[in-house]
Amino acid sequence: MKDFTTRKVYYPYVSPFDPCPPITEKVYSTPAQLYLGFQPENLQQFTPQEALYAGTLWKVFYDPYYGWYEKGREDQ
Amino acid sequence: MSKKQLPNEFYTMMEELQTVDFVLVELTLYLDTHPNDYDAINQFNEYSHTRQTLKIKFEELFGPLQQYGNSYSGYPWNWDDPPWPWQI
Amino acid sequence: MWIYEKKLQYPVKVTECNPRLAKYLIEQYGGADGELAAALRYLNQRYTIPDKVIGLLTDIGTEEFAHLEMIATMIYKLTKDATPEQIKAAGIEDHYVNHDNALFYTNASGVPFTASYIQAKGDPIADLYEDIAAEEKARATYQWIIDMSDDVQLNDSLRFLREREIVHSQRFREAVDMLIEERDRKKIF
Repeated sequence: MKDFTTRKVYYPYVSPFDPCPPITEKVYSTPAQLYLGFQPENLQQFTPQEALYAGTLWKVFYDPYYGWYEKGREDQ
Repeated sequence: MSKKQLPNEFYTMMEELQTVDFVLVELTLYLDTHPNDYDAINQFNEYSHTRQTLKIKFEELFGPLQQYGNSYSGYPWNWDDPPWPWQI
Repeated sequence: MWIYEKKLQYPVKVTECNPRLAKYLIEQYGGADGELAAALRYLNQRYTIPDKVIGLLTDIGTEEFAHLEMIATMIYKLTKDATPEQIKAAGIEDHYVNHDNALFYTNASGVPFTASYIQAKGDPIADLYEDIAAEEKARATYQWIIDMSDDVQLNDSLRFLREREIVHSQRFREAVDMLIEERDRKKIF
């Protein structure tokens, strides 16, 4: 079984008449709120400082998104 | 002419306040859908206490955070002293 | 009533004067899935929804105003001292000739904010599904703005805002569970 990821992929149809160089893989986000259901009690928390910079108190929801010009983009 | 700039301590204390307040925002939304989570309510009340202490300390140095009487005023009236949050 | 606090929810730092990024960000100020629309949508739905989810709508609606102020701060900083040349290079001179540096509630293409962005169906499930969709759309908008931006400090604040959409979506999903009375219950079908 493949490792779980919140980034899913689809492969658009490529026509020989597409004018731009084809992007063969399109990635989309599927963050944790789509899987979790009703949040159970006592889930693992970030420290307050970490929480602020993560944008969430609970680790399970942390799902950072990076731009084209940023480090971290590769893993997306 | 430039106005007096804020000391580094302002930014440090502001970040401390933002940190504690963020935990409280998160716990508030969580408790809105989990009203019976005893541990989370204890955590909420602890942070609520910390937040009140921090607010008093911050306001002594940098003036009121809220008004309409939710904070004390200095003399002269210092609520509308700059900078405002978007200016810092 | 509401009490204003003289503080941002999260620090907003901008690396360089770049009015072009302000043009993108205005989407989240006065656009269909922006922070103003979100705040008004949730606070307005409170009057016709079961008591047990009114607190959540109030609190998320209030947080959206804090996000609106963060977006305003970003736009303010990105355009504050921009020269006419920079304004023209950024392609925002049409905004400028009408409003100067003033913020105005439009989307990124200059379409003014309208109440029709905000649905209010009066049916609790329809309204909460609308809210979940709104959070996912706002999340996606933040992704596309982050893609367009090369300002790493600005992206840090945008990542915070995107993450908040995830948490809000989670809470609205839980609100639906509360209303269909399915929390803590085994599936019956």
